[in-house]
Amino acid sequence: MTDSLTDKLQVIFPDFEPRKVLDYTVLDVDSEAIPQVMKRLKTYPDLGFSMLLDITGIDYLTYPQRPAARFCVVYTLRNWKKNWLLQVRTPVADPDRGVESVAHLWGSADWAEREVYDQYGIIFRNHPDLRRILNHWQFEGHPLRKDYDIFKGQVCYQADSLEKEIRARLTAKGIDESTMQDINTEIMFLNLGPSHPATHGAIRIFTALDGETIIANVNEIGYLHRGFEKTAENRTYNQIIPLTDRLNYCSALMNNIGYVKAVESWLGLEITERAMFMRVILSEFFRVQDHLVCLAANLVDMGGLTNYWYLYNEKEASYDLISRLTGARLTSSFTRIGGMYRDFYEGWENDMERQLKDIEKGVNDSLKLVLQNRIVHDRTQGTCVLTPETALSYGYTGPNLRSTGISFDLRKDDPYYNYEAFDFCVPVGSYGDIYDRMMVRFEEIFESIKIIRQAMKMIPDGPVFVDDHRVALPPKDQVYNKIEGLANHFKLIFDGVKTPAGEWYDGYEAANGELGFHFVSDGSGTPYKLKVRPPCFYAMGGFHEMIEGEMIADAVINLGSINIIGGELDR
Amino acid sequence: MALGLEAGLGDSVLTTRLDEIINWGRQYSLWPMVFGTACCAIEFMSAAASQHDISRFGAEVVRFSPRQADLMLVCGTISYKQAPILKRIYEQMPDPRWVVSMGACASSGGIYDNYCTVQGIDTVIPVDVYISGCPPRPEAVLDALIKIQEKIQTESVLVDRHIDFKGILD
Repeated sequence: MTDSLTDKLQVIFPDFEPRKVLDYTVLDVDSEAIPQVMKRLKTYPDLGFSMLLDITGIDYLTYPQRPAARFCVVYTLRNWKKNWLLQVRTPVADPDRGVESVAHLWGSADWAEREVYDQYGIIFRNHPDLRRILNHWQFEGHPLRKDYDIFKGQVCYQADSLEKEIRARLTAKGIDESTMQDINTEIMFLNLGPSHPATHGAIRIFTALDGETIIANVNEIGYLHRGFEKTAENRTYNQIIPLTDRLNYCSALMNNIGYVKAVESWLGLEITERAMFMRVILSEFFRVQDHLVCLAANLVDMGGLTNYWYLYNEKEASYDLISRLTGARLTSSFTRIGGMYRDFYEGWENDMERQLKDIEKGVNDSLKLVLQNRIVHDRTQGTCVLTPETALSYGYTGPNLRSTGISFDLRKDDPYYNYEAFDFCVPVGSYGDIYDRMMVRFEEIFESIKIIRQAMKMIPDGPVFVDDHRVALPPKDQVYNKIEGLANHFKLIFDGVKTPAGEWYDGYEAANGELGFHFVSDGSGTPYKLKVRPPCFYAMGGFHEMIEGEMIADAVINLGSINIIGGELDR
Repeated sequence: MALGLEAGLGDSVLTTRLDEIINWGRQYSLWPMVFGTACCAIEFMSAAASQHDISRFGAEVVRFSPRQADLMLVCGTISYKQAPILKRIYEQMPDPRWVVSMGACASSGGIYDNYCTVQGIDTVIPVDVYISGCPPRPEAVLDALIKIQEKIQTESVLVDRHIDFKGILD
């Protein structure tokens, strides 16, 4: 299928040569050609790249085979109907001149370009609102540039006012002083957050209100920016696994799996059958956990505290199994490149089955309170509607995208780990309102349980680690008794798993949507660059589209319904 | 045998020291303000849920308004961007107020020794009890709560706490 994409690209862009990396296509383009190329990619029916998944920059300052231009900007695009993944790369010699913004084509480019500007200092010309996003406004320099010292912290003395931004948003929506005089009222400005019970972390939702109706909204994130990407450049590949735990900490093990899957795809490493099944079972188990927390918190925000006990208590009970297996409750760090840290413990099937039954009971109890509940219906149905077009434009993925009726799921459309062998459905919504988002998650819990039960029946015996000592630690008797074994162990721990030089992207269906990792390797055991494509970041980027015109109380439950997790949002 | 004043008034009156009676009240009715930013906040949710049940220690009334709280639980990483907000919320809490720094990040920056993370919230606000762990277990949250209660017992209502504190934002 991708071959036909290559053909089409060759016809439409005869000047540029598409090339294949892993199973996707890369197109190298001059920075001056970006506006035209991107426009065609989005609007030509033959290409139809309706989703801009991510934009990232690369600083080649200390790269061994340094290209002529110091910086590079990479756009990751997806055509969800045909499952085409395309990366467009463009060299940027002068960051102050930069490249033309594509924010008018895709909504997701707005925040993505701001992040590249913030982290690398690359200008995007004609961007509507180019300012910092993750770092604070008093920050100087660009932290992901290779000449920025990782330890150089900068104190922020004062929060940003955002007044200019909200006024710009009001103007963009055509609301000015005279409109307000017409309807005889004054705009009230209200902050939700950064510290607010409904923000589930730290996000600042700044609203302009007419009565209780939100007429304009701008959002400020970055309060939990903890330098994942810069830290990762200073760790070996296996040392990054504990950092990935703390991205989406409600489903830590899924991040572990997504991350090692991305590294293994580049190494061309086939993990063992048993490890694959373990990853499927644990992925689905953690998807359930993630949805339980999301729904529990969302229903608490709505005033349904009982649901919190029904749902969260099952998560709490699941920790027994999780901590018995991984040794930790929340931060599992359970995968390694080439397999799993440990096999399942003896008798895990009984624990798992009991837990699944309990979860089903808890979820069904909660559904009894929700499904026929007039108050829930009135509050959630038809509120904060997300249209499929907006969802695609802003790069929504996962349950949020599926609630709008688009049945895109990487497990079905680009299956990995034998997902095609499992019998499961992809629940989709029909209106894209809060109700649909909640119900898609409720249904996904049951589908995930279905997958776990099938996988538990099919899981084969065997090792959980590849027998390849370029990535796997040698057995202890060899380490203690043989110099080769000792040297092997020492090299793997100190230098890390060596990856061939190059760049690649790999996506994974996490609980919140597509979790992608974009690597640049210089051939050493430490990534030269590692960018996360966080599903939350883009969900939050389109948040204002959902809440403008709605009531302030709807904004609160809407935030819960798109499941924003700070660790992943701000990294 | 009651002596002095108590003997004269019978069972209807109990005499004690001001510090003791006020501290007794304070220590068993702490109102936490959860400044939850990251993973630790999820473990705080567990501490509040049925299994660990923080209400056994009289601290279940979680307030998200600092003006109604006297115990600040900082659950999670504090970045430089977050620090002014943390300080402002701390200042909005009425005296006396106690602060628990939950987890490695809040206590020392944890694994995030880098350009954006505050290396310990005690550089911004005074901290009374630190909890180790990444993230700490819910039991550790309860342990910290008991430590705060013990600390309250030894304090005097007449002495202002942390008046000499100077942080990076002061």
